[in-house]
Amino acid sequence: MSELRDLYQEVIFDHNRHPRNFGPFPEANRHADGFNALCGDKLSLNLLVKDGVIQEARFEGSGCAISTASASLMTEALKGRTEGEVTSLFEGFYHMVKGEPYEIELGKLAVLAGVSEFPARVKCATLAWHTLNAALQQTDQPVSTE
Amino acid sequence: MFDPQHWRSQFPILNRKVRGNALVYLDNAATTQKPLTVLNAERHYYEHCNANIHRGVHALSQEASEAFEASREKVRVFLGAQAVEEIVFTRGATEAINLVAQTWGRVNIRAGDEILVSAMEHHANIVPWQMLCEITGARLRVIPMDDRGVLQLDQLDRVLTERTRLVGVTLVSNALGTVNPISEIISRAHAVGAKVLVDGAQAVAHMSVNVCQLNCDFFVFSGHKLYGPTGIGVLYGKQEWLKSMPPYQGGGDMILQVSFEKTVYNQIPYKFEAGTPHISGAIGLGAAIDFVSTVGLDDIAEHEDGLLKEATALAESFGNLRIIGTAPGKASILSFVMEGIHPHDIGTILDSRGIAIRTGHHCAMPVMDYFCLPATARASFALYNTRDEVKALFLALRYVEKMFRG
Repeated sequence: MSELRDLYQEVIFDHNRHPRNFGPFPEANRHADGFNALCGDKLSLNLLVKDGVIQEARFEGSGCAISTASASLMTEALKGRTEGEVTSLFEGFYHMVKGEPYEIELGKLAVLAGVSEFPARVKCATLAWHTLNAALQQTDQPVSTE
Repeated sequence: MFDPQHWRSQFPILNRKVRGNALVYLDNAATTQKPLTVLNAERHYYEHCNANIHRGVHALSQEASEAFEASREKVRVFLGAQAVEEIVFTRGATEAINLVAQTWGRVNIRAGDEILVSAMEHHANIVPWQMLCEITGARLRVIPMDDRGVLQLDQLDRVLTERTRLVGVTLVSNALGTVNPISEIISRAHAVGAKVLVDGAQAVAHMSVNVCQLNCDFFVFSGHKLYGPTGIGVLYGKQEWLKSMPPYQGGGDMILQVSFEKTVYNQIPYKFEAGTPHISGAIGLGAAIDFVSTVGLDDIAEHEDGLLKEATALAESFGNLRIIGTAPGKASILSFVMEGIHPHDIGTILDSRGIAIRTGHHCAMPVMDYFCLPATARASFALYNTRDEVKALFLALRYVEKMFRG
């Protein structure tokens, strides 16, 4: 049961109830849609990138508490970061939710570490990040976590 | 009096613990657990008569062939089919539908024809027809449903026309639990000259079926939802149609004579069974049919209806919980959503208490779209479930609510 509490921490409930940076973003210059075929979650991510630095990130869509909180926390973490920094952040985050060692400082994103005990939920936690990758690479195809 | 405890002892897996709790298995619509008789039948085959079937002159091959064909006969009796040749073994219901689409469909469907499916079909009864439509230029149409999850047969004449060649309809909806009035659909389809394929995957473990009485042209189901092994399923087809259909896959067993100039195909059903089949699976399916017949489908249905009624009553009085699928006639399935809590989170929290349910789109995305939902939580009952397990489910749902709402 403590594993469950590690997964559903209060911060996650908070971001699920009140997702940050949620809503439309017409000024965005990068966009991607993400889809988790496992649970039907859909996520639409909009970014404003200037000179290789993410100025602003917003998302829309519907998802479980884990994917919503993960997207919300991610958009907070992105602001002011370069594309290169974001790539290493995703790498560290991915290792963390897979229960593998990682070196980078993840800050608030570390509240999602409990996901590693629930392999079925890794896709929920990484959906926003996969979508981010697609947005930065500007692929037109919606990404899926498959 | 039906006693689920008595039958539970036949299912060794039900004794295991999950995350420190007794397993409460309520994901039976996805797959059922297997009784000892099924496990033993497969084991016995591998331990005593493992050999390839048909054409073998040695004792083991003959015994294996006899056991394999005995299962086919059990399936015939189970479905009430007239002839054993009408029973084709497949990998499952999905392959059986693909077989009909790729053989009967390719010969009989042309541009301008229409194939009709219901709004509550599993992807397995949508996608094979879409693929056929892409190849042939035919059009896929849909029988609509209402917000209870009941097919709107008053709209049937709008979509069932003289252009309809085939109607694909599920007997029981895997996402909603609705039992569809397929007898009426079949007779109305036949009246316009259309064939009917009934998807029985979700039905056969919960009600007796007689394909002759139904007068359907094709009927498919999977063994693993009937307490049998995975990887084995059945296509029933009327002899006349099966005989007229080209083979599905080419290979061994489906031929009479092969030369590099010409191949003569085997008789039905072997024409559709290329390659070494899932022999142990077919034998296990035979044992599953014996098991279900011993328990009695009428008693099973009555027991499961009791569980469904109890679960429905608890769901209705729960608060902030909405049942998806409220048709008057349902079998074994309770699909629901909780206000502000994603089904995936419900599933994870229930799992932490050893309760297995399914969450997601249940391979019926059009149903989810209709209800404007990304997913539902689904509890589905089998003969070994108990009232205590239903209570445990709702106790755990209270805990979910407490976690989320504080």
